[in-house]
Amino acid sequence: MSGELIRVDGVGKRFGGFVALEGITVSFAAGQLTSIIGPNGAGKSTFFNILSGALTPTSGKLHFRGRELNGLPQHRFVHQGISRSYQITNIFPDLSVHENVRVAAQALTVSYDIWRNRGRLTELNARADAALDAVGLLPKRGEVAKFLSHGQQRALEIAIALVSEPELLLLDEPTAGMGPEETKDMVALLERLAEKRTVLLVEHKMKMVLGLSKRVVVLHHGRLLADGAPDEIRSNPDVRRVYLGQSEGYG
Amino acid sequence: MTSPSTGEAVAKPASSGLGWVLDQRVLLSIAVLAVLPWLLPSQALAVNVLIYGVVVMGYNLLFGYTGLLSFGQAAFFGAGAYFTGIAIGRYGMPWFAAVPIAVLLSTCLAAAIGMVSTRTRGIYFSMVTLALAQLVYYVALQASSFTGGENGLRGFTVDRINLFGFQVNFLDPVNKYYVLMAFAALAMWFQSRILNSPFGAVIEAIRENEQRARACGYDVERSKLIVFMLSGAISSLGGCMLALHLSIVPLDLLHYQTSGMIVMMVLLGGARSFFGPFVGAASFLILEDVISLWTPHWQIFVGAIFVLFVLFLPKGIWGTLLDALGIGKARP
Repeated sequence: MSGELIRVDGVGKRFGGFVALEGITVSFAAGQLTSIIGPNGAGKSTFFNILSGALTPTSGKLHFRGRELNGLPQHRFVHQGISRSYQITNIFPDLSVHENVRVAAQALTVSYDIWRNRGRLTELNARADAALDAVGLLPKRGEVAKFLSHGQQRALEIAIALVSEPELLLLDEPTAGMGPEETKDMVALLERLAEKRTVLLVEHKMKMVLGLSKRVVVLHHGRLLADGAPDEIRSNPDVRRVYLGQSEGYG
Repeated sequence: MTSPSTGEAVAKPASSGLGWVLDQRVLLSIAVLAVLPWLLPSQALAVNVLIYGVVVMGYNLLFGYTGLLSFGQAAFFGAGAYFTGIAIGRYGMPWFAAVPIAVLLSTCLAAAIGMVSTRTRGIYFSMVTLALAQLVYYVALQASSFTGGENGLRGFTVDRINLFGFQVNFLDPVNKYYVLMAFAALAMWFQSRILNSPFGAVIEAIRENEQRARACGYDVERSKLIVFMLSGAISSLGGCMLALHLSIVPLDLLHYQTSGMIVMMVLLGGARSFFGPFVGAASFLILEDVISLWTPHWQIFVGAIFVLFVLFLPKGIWGTLLDALGIGKARP
C-alpha cells in the first residue's frame, strides 16, 4: 500500500467530433484491485487503451510512479511496468503455449540480437513456466495456443501480460465469453493476482466485480460518474439509475 | 545449430530424429545442393536454382517468417547484381571486394526503401514496395552511363578466381557451380542463425500478432525495418552471384516481373520453410524450361499451375511434404 502508483489528470480523448472520454481525474494506489465499470460505450476500453499506451490522450496527463507517460510509444509501456490483457483474446495462435509466454518475457531483455541462439536464453524458460504455473497452464505448455479452450486462452492471455512482472496489471474483461465454471476459476486467479500487485479490471459481471474489488470506478458517457468502495457504489443513486437498475448483472 | 538439449526451449522435438534434421538443416541443404547438378537436366539450370534459391530465401525471411508481402524484392536482387558489375567493371575491384561492397550498398538501399514502406501495413506495404522498386528500375534505365540503360550492364568478366593462392578457372561450369554454392552456403548459414536467434522469435511474434507483439514491448516498426534490411541483404547476395555467373546484368532483373516471380517461387516451394525457396526456384525454372520447349506461351501454363498451388497446396511443395512427414512445426 505504498501510495499512488498511477495518476490520471484531466484526461480526455476525442475521435473527430466524438468525445469518448472527458476530464477523467483519478489515481490508483499500489497494491489493490480496482474495477472500472460502466454501460457499453461508457469509455472503459478507451480509458484502458490510454493507460496501456495504445491510444494517446487528446488532453490531460498521465503519470506513473511520478513519471509522465504522455508521448511514450506503446511498446515502452511494458518496460515502465504496465502490462495488459485484451477483451478479445489476443495471443500468438500458431505458437505453443510456452512460446507465447516466452516471447513476451524476451521483450524485456533482448529484441534485436540476430546472433545468439535463442535456446540458450534459459532464464526465459524458467520465467515463462513460472507465469504459466501462476495461471494454471503449465501442464499445457507444449500445446499450440489456438487449440486451447476459450477459458485456457483467456488464462494464457493473462500469463502473457503477467510474465513481464508488471507493477500495474490491466485486465480487460478477463471473463468475457466464459461459462460459470470457467468464471469461478478466473475469479480465484484474479484474487491470487491481486495479492501481490496492483490490478485494474474492466468487467461487465456486476456481482463478480462488487465481490472482488476494493474500489470501483464508474464511467458513464465518457465521464467519471462515481468512485468508491463496492458498498458505496451499490447504494449510489446515480449509478443505480444508469447501470444497476437496468438489469441485475449485465449492463 | 546447437546442442539438442537446449532445443526444448523453442518447444521442438529436438531429442528425436526430426530434431536432428532441424539442427542440421544448413548442412543437409548444402549436401542436397552439392549433388544438384547431377539431379537436374542441365548444369545451367542448377546454377540458376542456386542463384534464385538465395534470392527467394532472403525474400522468405520477409514474407514467410515475418508475414510482410513485398512486391519489390527485385530491387535488391538487381542492386546486388548492378553494384557487383559496376564495382568490377568500372572500378576494377577484385570479386572478393566487389561482393561485400555490393551487399552493403544494397542493404543501404533496403534501409531507404524499408524506412518508407514499413510505416505502412497490408496492401499499402505491398504497393509502396512495388512503387519504390519500379523507381529503382527507372533510375537504372536512365542512368545509362553507369548501368548501360536498357542494354544492361556489360563489360566486366570474372574468368578466374583466386582462392587462397589457387587460381580457379571460373569459366569451367563445375568450378563455377561450387564457388557460387559457397556463397549460397554462407547465405543459408546466416539465415539459419537469424531464425534461431532471439530476433527470430520477435519476427515470429510480429507475424502471429502484431498488436500483441507491440503490447509485449517490442518496437514493431523498428523490427520490421531490420528484417527488411536483412532480407534485402540476402537477396542481394543472389544478385552478386548472378553478376559473377552471367558477366552481364540484364535490366529486366529490376523489373516488377522479377519481383512477381520471386513471390511465385516462394509460394511454389513453401513459405516459412528453410529449404522451400530452393525447391520453389527449381520447380519454377524446370516448369519454364519444359513448357517453353513446346510453346512460347509458357507463362500461361506456369500461371495456371501457380493458381492451383495457391488453391490446393497453400504450403507449397516442400511445406506440404514436411507436413506429410510430420515435421510440419519444425520446418527445416
